[in-house]
Amino acid sequence: MSESINARNISDDEFFYGHKACAGCGGSLAVRMALKVLGERTFLTLPAGCMSAVSFNYPQMSYANNAIISAFASTAAVMTGLAAGAKSLKLDDYHILGIAGDGGTADIGIQALSGMIDRNDKGIYICYDNEAYMNTGIQKSGLTPFGATTTTTPAVGGGKGNIKQKKNLFEIVAAHNIAYAATASVGYIEDFANKVQRASLVQGTSFIHVLAPCPTGWGIDTSETIEVAREVVDTGLWYLAEYYDGEYHLNKRPKEFQDVTHYIKRQGRFKHLTDEDIEHIVESRDKTWERILRNYK
Amino acid sequence: MNDLKFISGDEAFAEGVRLARPQVISAYPITPQTIVVERLAEMVEAAELDSQFIHVESEHSAMMSAMGASAMGVRAFTATSSQGLLYMAECLYYVSGGRFPIVMMNANRATALPWSIYSDQRDSLSQLDSGWIQIYVEDAQEALDMAVQAFALAEKETVRLPVMVNLDGFIVTHTYEPVSIPTQESIDRFLPPRSTWDKLDIENPVSMAFTVGPELNEEFNLLHHKASLNALKEIETIDSEYKEIVGRGYGGALKMYKTDDAEYVLIALGSINALVREEVDRLRSEGIRAGSIAIRMMRPFPTEELAGALKNAKAIGVLDKDISFGYEGTVYTNVNSALVKKGINIASYNFICGIGGRDISPRDIGQCFETVIEGKESKHIKFIGSEVWDDV
Repeated sequence: MSESINARNISDDEFFYGHKACAGCGGSLAVRMALKVLGERTFLTLPAGCMSAVSFNYPQMSYANNAIISAFASTAAVMTGLAAGAKSLKLDDYHILGIAGDGGTADIGIQALSGMIDRNDKGIYICYDNEAYMNTGIQKSGLTPFGATTTTTPAVGGGKGNIKQKKNLFEIVAAHNIAYAATASVGYIEDFANKVQRASLVQGTSFIHVLAPCPTGWGIDTSETIEVAREVVDTGLWYLAEYYDGEYHLNKRPKEFQDVTHYIKRQGRFKHLTDEDIEHIVESRDKTWERILRNYK
Repeated sequence: MNDLKFISGDEAFAEGVRLARPQVISAYPITPQTIVVERLAEMVEAAELDSQFIHVESEHSAMMSAMGASAMGVRAFTATSSQGLLYMAECLYYVSGGRFPIVMMNANRATALPWSIYSDQRDSLSQLDSGWIQIYVEDAQEALDMAVQAFALAEKETVRLPVMVNLDGFIVTHTYEPVSIPTQESIDRFLPPRSTWDKLDIENPVSMAFTVGPELNEEFNLLHHKASLNALKEIETIDSEYKEIVGRGYGGALKMYKTDDAEYVLIALGSINALVREEVDRLRSEGIRAGSIAIRMMRPFPTEELAGALKNAKAIGVLDKDISFGYEGTVYTNVNSALVKKGINIASYNFICGIGGRDISPRDIGQCFETVIEGKESKHIKFIGSEVWDDV
């Protein structure tokens, strides 16, 4: 395996710039870092979503590598086609990369993703998860957490906002017996970068689910993205793990969890939640961790 | 030397695709398209065809993976039918707007509900506005030949658009006929490997399939429209090149039969035209100047060619295996629009027929001609088989 990536040895090259993402955007940071790791010989596809909306506005293109938009449901399908084309051309030393949001992956794109993993086509699929359809104006997705107010699950009239838990996307993907899958957070960017590198060494399909705060949708300051993206891991509401060789591996096991209330209260999307609601969130977290500690190495 | 085989329309199409050497094939099974996909899978497995065969999980992904492959600059093929075509509908617009020269076979099949696996043309005609070139063939031989010609047309620099080749479900796809198979050497001469500047290039990275705002979006659509119109002449050029090498040709966007002096003409898409021509011969033997026009290319629409072929016509009828509910058959709408633009003011009738696989008999065609010849019917749209005239 190659040398691990850190702040000193990461490439100075930039492949994603001049785009119009919001200040403090977690998604654009994930894209930038992934391309720094993978380099210029990367064929990238993105569906409808923030990261294509901010970067493909003719004649201002923001990728220095090859990039193409896909239909919303079709990130993985276009990756499959790019990989098949590259194979028939007998290219070598290249990456196939797909980057889609939480809705584009866990909702509308899950069929194509499942098909791609099933075929084990070469490609790294990265889901940047900002926990709602942010590009269209903060609507609920399958990865919106409990209690978040969105424009389609508004916390009005005493409602709690979204009352569903996040889909367990990581384990849904792992259940395909994929060669490599991981969770990550832009708050632990070195961990994310190294997972991108590990994913790139897989012959078939690999998958990374990276949590990426959205100041606009989450109701946080643009300077708080990284802090919040760390805190979600440190509170145990998100976790850093990998799946390979048919087993789950926990990367970071907090000795004790940081205060969930602080994480919740600092975000506008949760500001309506009561102490009881936060208690419910803590209970769900503890249940998840019981399962993780039982099943993960 | 040509090799004569007794095969179905689907198998003939697969043979044509094999000869065209697509580097990527991506398809999802749906009756009555399946045999094309099965034969191609066999050819790839048996190493008769060097191609990446992608087992996609849906038609939507079939079209989008074909787009990914086409974006890499390679030749890509897919096939579908009916609900499958409708399921991938949004992708058709991506592919045509992105100017990806994918070739797709569509087995014309009724659309649910009521559910039916049998043939009509409501599936492809619903996608006339998708920006694809649409070709309709009559038999297995034409299916093979157009499978090959479609790639040449799609990849032509002045066109660069996807091409959909339509075969009437079962009537063409599953009917066995003797089909002459051109040699690989002759097709290689006719159709060299795809070569394009318009692709993702590992040595020269580009962005493709982008967003265009209101200030330029219309220009992109105008270029698309012009490229589509170019296909009207290119199909003739390509066909004559094909004829020179393979020895068989079809002309262009229209196939005219005894139209030079024809006073009464029936116009249709696909396999029903064989029956229409038999009726033309019968009427001619009675001294009636009947004629037939098969529209081989529905998009771009051959307005000039159609008007030219109808210069002596007194009345026409359009057979439509389609109905745009609340109006009329779509082929009829297109034909009438062409006539109006060319100042041709003659009676025209619309015969809705073959819906959901309903049989069309020689007698039915005879009655269509009768109506056109008599010119007494004040209503314009008739559902053949049900004997119901439009009375709106």
